[in-house]
Amino acid sequence: MDPLISARGLTKRFGDLVAVDGIDFDVAKGEAFGFLGPNGAGKTSTMRMIGSTSPVTAGTLRVLGLDPAVDGPRIRARVGVVPQLDTLDMELSVRENLVIYGRYFDLTYAEAGRRADELLAFVQLTERARDQVEPLSGGMKRRLTIARALISEPDLLLLDEPTTGLDPQARHLLWDRLYRLKQRGVTLVLTTHYMDEAEQLCDRLVVMDKARIVAQGSPRELIERYSTREVVELRFPPDAAESMDGRLNGLADRVEVLPDRVLLYTANGDAASAALHESGIRPESTLVRRSTLEDVFLRLTGRSLIE
Amino acid sequence: MIASLPFGRRASRLIERNLLVYRRGWIIIFSGFFEPFFYLLGIGFGIGSLVGNVSLGAGHSVPYAVFVAPALMAGTAMNGALYDSTFNLFFKLRYAKTYDAVLATPLGVADVALGEVTWALMRGSLYSLGFLVVMAALGLVISPWALLALPAATLIGFSSAAVGTVATTFMRKWQDFDLVIVVTLPLLLFSATFFPISVYPAPLQAFVQLTPLYHGVDLIRGLTTGNLGPGLLVDVGYLVLLGAFGLAITSRRLQHLLLK
Ligand SMILES: Nc1ncnc2c1ncn2[C@@H]1O[C@H](COP(=O)(O)OP(=O)(O)O)[C@@H](O)[C@H]1O
Ligand SMILES: [Mg+2]
Repeated sequence: MDPLISARGLTKRFGDLVAVDGIDFDVAKGEAFGFLGPNGAGKTSTMRMIGSTSPVTAGTLRVLGLDPAVDGPRIRARVGVVPQLDTLDMELSVRENLVIYGRYFDLTYAEAGRRADELLAFVQLTERARDQVEPLSGGMKRRLTIARALISEPDLLLLDEPTTGLDPQARHLLWDRLYRLKQRGVTLVLTTHYMDEAEQLCDRLVVMDKARIVAQGSPRELIERYSTREVVELRFPPDAAESMDGRLNGLADRVEVLPDRVLLYTANGDAASAALHESGIRPESTLVRRSTLEDVFLRLTGRSLIE
Repeated sequence: MIASLPFGRRASRLIERNLLVYRRGWIIIFSGFFEPFFYLLGIGFGIGSLVGNVSLGAGHSVPYAVFVAPALMAGTAMNGALYDSTFNLFFKLRYAKTYDAVLATPLGVADVALGEVTWALMRGSLYSLGFLVVMAALGLVISPWALLALPAATLIGFSSAAVGTVATTFMRKWQDFDLVIVVTLPLLLFSATFFPISVYPAPLQAFVQLTPLYHGVDLIRGLTTGNLGPGLLVDVGYLVLLGAFGLAITSRRLQHLLLK
């Protein structure tokens, strides 16, 4: 089957600045595909090109088999967009936001109204239907933006940092809604700089850094390829960590010294911490955990995802 | 680059959106009705009582109020169209970011341009209609051709809204709107509005005839006084071209500002 989105050498420049530097990727129908990367990596620029609200500088991009440069309106008719910053209409009520958005997609008022009510229930905002948008909490606004993106029953949903800035409870509610959409067969493309979000939601993802793709695969594949099964996190008193480096080397496959902690990459975390103990090293704290995409990112770029 | 549907087929959606917004605030629209009446009473009748009759040329002369009222109607169409195409548009463009959401749908910049210009001219036309009715009631309409004064006012609204929209896309801060007043006030005063163009020396007459509101005033005055001539077709052509030009530039400006 043809991919829903296909990019080859996709490039975006703003003057001299290269925001997206010749990236290749394919998104298949029905999958949840993620762009994981720190601020400034080029995620939003990529999403806006896919949503055909930003012209492609170079390379080829096909969305739903169409070229954004010629078929922008036809692409946008079938894509739902949740932009990084909410663009809700502050001059309209919660429900009106959905209804008028439905009108932008040529729905009748009756149909737009019916879907608006359904979607308000889906994102748990029914009681706020008649309220103005401004006083809603960040999580509510985000849910409303997602509902708005769904009013046209899109084949493809683009979510740019859907949960950034939300508290944990609001994030989990959103994840749950996105998971349900995925089960219904909606193709999700999302960006995030939260590795837990990427792990929770994405079937497949690309890791972006400095306008390029540095790795791609499923979260599991990426962890297997670029990290070890487990990680031991050690904290030392200030200045002690540097002096540890040499002594720690034999204890794990790989040692990473960060400003605030030391990471030991190993298949067996408990064995490594036991060996550590035996060799007489006494960190302030020791934590054994599974590898995450954060470790993958660190390995690939030498930096943390969130600086 | 990112092609929109030709001719802004979905422009009416923007008008629906604005109607939804104004449904709650219609009183704001209503307030705009009154300003031109004050001018009509104060200048048309007040000063008019000192002035007596004004010649329209060709041996045709009318009371001052009959002369001034159509010019005030033209000014009303222009001002009414500028409310929404300047301040209100600026707010939506720079602060509310209304169009960022709109452009993620099948609508394109041509829809936004045409929709907002049409909305703005509707407001100008509404005020003009109110003014025309009052003019007729006060006996200031002396020709049945005045029926065409309403579409003429719509045309003035169209060109004003289109030019206002273009100007707004270049504004960076609220203070820049002082420029709107710097431009519109002389237009309102000197476009053969309160006195005939024959008052000016010839070179100045030629200059005034290049400015837009002069053609609006000339057109509406011709219709409400029944003083017809081929010059009215020039007025219509001028206003149509100006509006179409403004509309085309607006689309390009919105593309530049919003679809980076
Ligand atoms: N409209 C724009 N004009 C100029 N530079 C931009 C614009 N949008 C993004 N950039 C730049 O492009 C780079 C990538 O930005 P972005 O795509 O927003 O990254 P991300 O979403 O991963 O944080 C950044 O350096 C950013 O400053
Ligand atoms: Mg971004």
